[in-house]
Amino acid sequence: MNVQVAALLGQDGLTNGAIYALLSLSILLVFTVTRILLIPLGEFVTFGALTMAAIQTGKPLALEWLLATLMLIDIALDVYSRRDRTVSRKQYQMIALKAAYLAVVLFVTQTFTLSELPMLAQSILTLCLIVPMGPIMYRLFFQPLADAAPLVLLIVSIAVHVAMVGIGLLLFGPEGGHTKPFSNSMLQISNIFIKSQALWVIFSALFLILALFFAFERTLYGKALRAAAVNQVGARLLGISPVFAGKATFALAAFIGCASGILIAPITTLYYDSGFVISLKGFVGAIIGGLASYPIAAFGAVVVGLIEAFSMFWASSYKEIIVFTLIIPFLIWRSMKASHVEDE
Amino acid sequence: MSLKSRFLLLGCLLSTMSVPSFADIKVGVISSSTGPIALVGIPQKNSIPLLPKEAAGESITYIPLNDSSDPTATVKAFKKLIDEEKVDAIIGPSGSGNAMGVIQFAAKSGTPMLAPVGTAAVVLPMTEQKKWVFKTTQNDDLIASALVDHMKRTGVKTLGLIGTADPFGENWSKVMRKLASDNSIEIVANESFQRQDTSITGQSLKLLLASPDAVLIAAPGSSSVLPQTTLKSTGYQGQIYQTHGAALDPFLKLGGDAVEGTILAASLMLVLDQAPETPSKAIATKYVEDYQSLYNKKPATFGGNVFDAGLLLETAIPTALKTAKPGTPEFRAALRDALESTTELSGTQGVYNITPEDHSGFDERGRVLITVKNGKWQLLEG
Repeated sequence: MNVQVAALLGQDGLTNGAIYALLSLSILLVFTVTRILLIPLGEFVTFGALTMAAIQTGKPLALEWLLATLMLIDIALDVYSRRDRTVSRKQYQMIALKAAYLAVVLFVTQTFTLSELPMLAQSILTLCLIVPMGPIMYRLFFQPLADAAPLVLLIVSIAVHVAMVGIGLLLFGPEGGHTKPFSNSMLQISNIFIKSQALWVIFSALFLILALFFAFERTLYGKALRAAAVNQVGARLLGISPVFAGKATFALAAFIGCASGILIAPITTLYYDSGFVISLKGFVGAIIGGLASYPIAAFGAVVVGLIEAFSMFWASSYKEIIVFTLIIPFLIWRSMKASHVEDE
Repeated sequence: MSLKSRFLLLGCLLSTMSVPSFADIKVGVISSSTGPIALVGIPQKNSIPLLPKEAAGESITYIPLNDSSDPTATVKAFKKLIDEEKVDAIIGPSGSGNAMGVIQFAAKSGTPMLAPVGTAAVVLPMTEQKKWVFKTTQNDDLIASALVDHMKRTGVKTLGLIGTADPFGENWSKVMRKLASDNSIEIVANESFQRQDTSITGQSLKLLLASPDAVLIAAPGSSSVLPQTTLKSTGYQGQIYQTHGAALDPFLKLGGDAVEGTILAASLMLVLDQAPETPSKAIATKYVEDYQSLYNKKPATFGGNVFDAGLLLETAIPTALKTAKPGTPEFRAALRDALESTTELSGTQGVYNITPEDHSGFDERGRVLITVKNGKWQLLEG
C-alpha cells in the first residue's frame, strides 16, 4: 500500500460513493414524502446506462415503446377518472401536453440516427425517455394505495422492482453494456493520476446535491415537498396535493437514478439486473442517516463507497459482506438512541 | 346411452388417442432464459427447435422449461419432467450450481442428464450418482492446459489470477493452481470479484503490484470484460489470457480496444471461417447457419452445447431402442449405457469419445487457441 494505490482506491471509492450518495438522497426523499422504500430506484440507474449504451452502439431502442405504452395507459386513466365530471380546460391542456410530449419523443427517436448525435444530446434524450416513467410509476402502482401501510407499499415496491428487472432483460438483453467516456484524459498531480471521468461523476453528483439543497430551501415547490414530508395531513390542509408530492418525488428520483446511470456507464459494465445491488448500497447510506437526515445519509453513502474500494483491495472475496455488515452497528446504535414510536 | 357409459366411451377414446404419444421419445430441456445466467440460457433455449426431430424412425418430443437461473426452480422443473412428463432424458440446466443440485434426482430416477454447463464438478470425480450425467462442454483443465502450454512457450514465469466468486471462477482457480505448479509457473496473486461489481479497481491494483508476466481472467460471459478494461486503464502491460467463458461476441463489443491481443482457448465455433476442414466444422457451420436463419443473429457457443447434447442423444437412441421401449426405466438405462459408449462423434464443439471414466469426452480437437485482432476473433497458429 503506497500513496499512489491509496489515491487510486480513494478516487474509486469517492466516485462510487458519490453515486451512492445521490441514490441514498432519492431513497430518503421518496421515503419521507410517500413512505415508500423505492426499491426500483436501481432500475432507473440500469435503464439509464443501458439506454445510453444502446443509443451509442446504434441498437434499435425499444424503450420508447415502453414509455409510449405507459403514457397511453396514464392518459386513458386520466380520461376515465374524469368521465362523469366536467373537465376543466386546464385538465384538457394537461392531457394534450402529455400526448404532445410523447409524439415529440417518438418523432425524435424514429427520425434521427441516434448514435451520431453529440453525447450531451444522447444524455438528454435518455433522460427524456426515462424520467417520465417515475411519475407514471407512482400514478399506476402507488397512488391507488397511497394510504396503505408502509409494509404494503414496500411489497408493491418489490413487485415493481421485479417486473422492471424482467422488462430490462426483455428490452436490453442479458449482455450488459457500457458507454464511451465523456472525456478520456487523465489529470496528473505530482505522481498521482486522476481519471477525468471520475471527476465528472464527483462534480456532477456535488452539483446535483447542491441543486437539490437549493430547490428544497429556496423554492416554493421544494418547500411544499418538505412540508408533505414533515406532516402529510397538515400539508394537505394547506393545499399541497399528496398526488403532486408523490409524482414530483418520483420524477426527481427517476431523474437522479437515470443521471447516475449515465454518469457511471462509462466506468463499468452494467447489466439489466445490476441496479438492485447499487441501490442497496445507497440504502445502506440512507439507513446510516436513520432514513431522516439528508447530510448524514450522503456522508454515510460516501463512506460506504470508500470502505468498498479499500475492502476490495484487501479482501476481495469478502467485499460485499464487509459493506453490508456495516449496517448492523448502525442499526443497533440507531435503535438504542431512538425513542420508540409505534407505527400507526 | 346413459351418462356413465358416455363417460366411459369418452375415456376409452381419450386413452386410445394418447397411446401414440407414449411411443414418442420425450426429452426435457431446462434452460435459464431469465435471471443472472440468461446470457447462457437464451441461446440454449433458442437451439431447441434445431435439435434432431427423430432418431431411428421414432419421433423425439422436446419439453422446454425455464428455471429463471434459480436452483430451487431447477429442482422443481427436474422433478416435474421426471414424475409428470416421464421423460427419457433431460438436457440442461444452464448453470453449474443448478446442475450440481439435480444430479441426485437424475440418479434416483435413473434418467440420463446431458448438462451443457461449465464446471467439471458435475462429472468429476466420477461417482455412482454422476454416472447418469454427461457434460457437453470442454472440461476446464482441457482449456487450461492449452493456455498453460502457450504460457510456457512464450516464457511466462509468474501469473496473476482473477476470477468470479462462483463455481466457474473457483474451479478455474483450482485447476490453474495445479497446472501452474506442474509447469513451474508461479501464481503471484489470486483475486476474486462479483459479476455485478461496478468497480474492480482494488483487485486490479493488487494484481498490478504483484507485477506478474501474465494475467488470467476466469469469468463467464460479459463479466470477463470489466477486469480487463480496469487492468488496462490502471496501466498493466503484460499478456492477458481469458477462458472459454469470454468466448462471446459481446466480449469484443464491450471490451473494444482493451481486449485487443487477448489470448483464449475455446471451441472452434468462434473462428469457423478460419478453422481447418474437419467434420466438426461442417456440423458447426450448418448449426450456425440454421440458427441465423431462425433468429437473425449468431448463436453463442452455449447454444452449441445444447445442440451437441441433441446429437449425442440421436446417436444413442437407436442402440437403446433395441433393448427397450421409450418411457420405461429399462429404456433410460439402455440410453445411458449407449451414451457412455459414444465414440468418435463429431459435434459443434469437437469430437466426443465418452468412456465410463470420462463423461465429457473431449480431446485436443475440442479446443483451439484464439486471439483478438482488430476487434475480431482470430485463430492463433500453433
